Amino acid sequence: MGSSAVSDCSPFFRINSPHCLGQSGVITVNDNRPVNLDMTTIKLPLPALVSILTRASGVFLFVAMAVLIYALDASLASEESFNALKLELASPLYKLVIWVIVAALIYHAASGIKHLFGDAGVGETLEGGILGAKIVVAVAAILIVVAGIWIW
Amino acid sequence: MVTAVTNFGRSGLYDWLVQRVSGVVLLAYFIFIGAVVVANPDMSYQEWRTTFEPTWVRVFSVAALLSLAAHAWIGLWCTLTDYVTPRMMGAKANLLRGVLTCVCAVALFTYVVWGISIIWGS
Ligand code: HEM
Repeated sequence: MGSSAVSDCSPFFRINSPHCLGQSGVITVNDNRPVNLDMTTIKLPLPALVSILTRASGVFLFVAMAVLIYALDASLASEESFNALKLELASPLYKLVIWVIVAALIYHAASGIKHLFGDAGVGETLEGGILGAKIVVAVAAILIVVAGIWIW
Repeated sequence: MVTAVTNFGRSGLYDWLVQRVSGVVLLAYFIFIGAVVVANPDMSYQEWRTTFEPTWVRVFSVAALLSLAAHAWIGLWCTLTDYVTPRMMGAKANLLRGVLTCVCAVALFTYVVWGISIIWGS
């Protein structure tokens, strides 16, 4: 659980823990071997990008749900608030907001469904992983464009 | 085995399963709402209200809200325990993560109560 200095500074973890340097008994060999933690030089292949975007879209959706529940509230509370909401949603800014939320939802769901396939053992090879990531991007892109066309 | 955990079901396998099932419930709900909206452009207030009248739609809505809470809880817990760690950000990380976890819990609880009051209260 990362609480004791020993586990934090074990040879396994210490690469990005400067506080471990010089700790006795922890670092034994070759303290200055090269360590690559420059994120900009680590390759991010498509499946990795698809994966991290799933997480980003999930966190975004968590916040976005507040907007949707607020809109649901306004839409059902009274006829006046329903009409006011309808008017607001007709403006380009609110259309953009809705489109971004729907896009995140489409992307996250497409990737989530890929996960379900993965759980079932489909596409576990390297080629399968790359193909799966491409399918997610393609399907999500098409649906997001369709949603955009519908919203506007 | 690590037992002092704060995840949802106190077991990774259970969390994994809940994450899947709740994801599918959410997807079904959003497809349902999306289909209603797309099929009825220019809906009136009365038509929209009638959509939420049947008991099964209300039950479905509450199921979606509870799924959202469980799903987002598990997902955010995973994300926070990945990034907000002493190794990534130093000694204050455990406290910070505790605070952020509380914020998530309060927000999700609010979503559920707010959502249920909208669905059953109107
Ligand atoms: C609508 C609100 C939703 C929110 C707020 C949400 C949020 C999240 C978050 C925060 C994660 C964690 C990401 C990670 O661990 O890297 C996640 C993962 C996941 N979501 Fe969602 N999600 C939503 C909808 C959906 C839907 C509709 C599906 C449809 C299938 C879905 C399927 C999944 C799956 C399968 C995972 C697990 C990915 C993994 O194991 O790494 N989610 N979600």
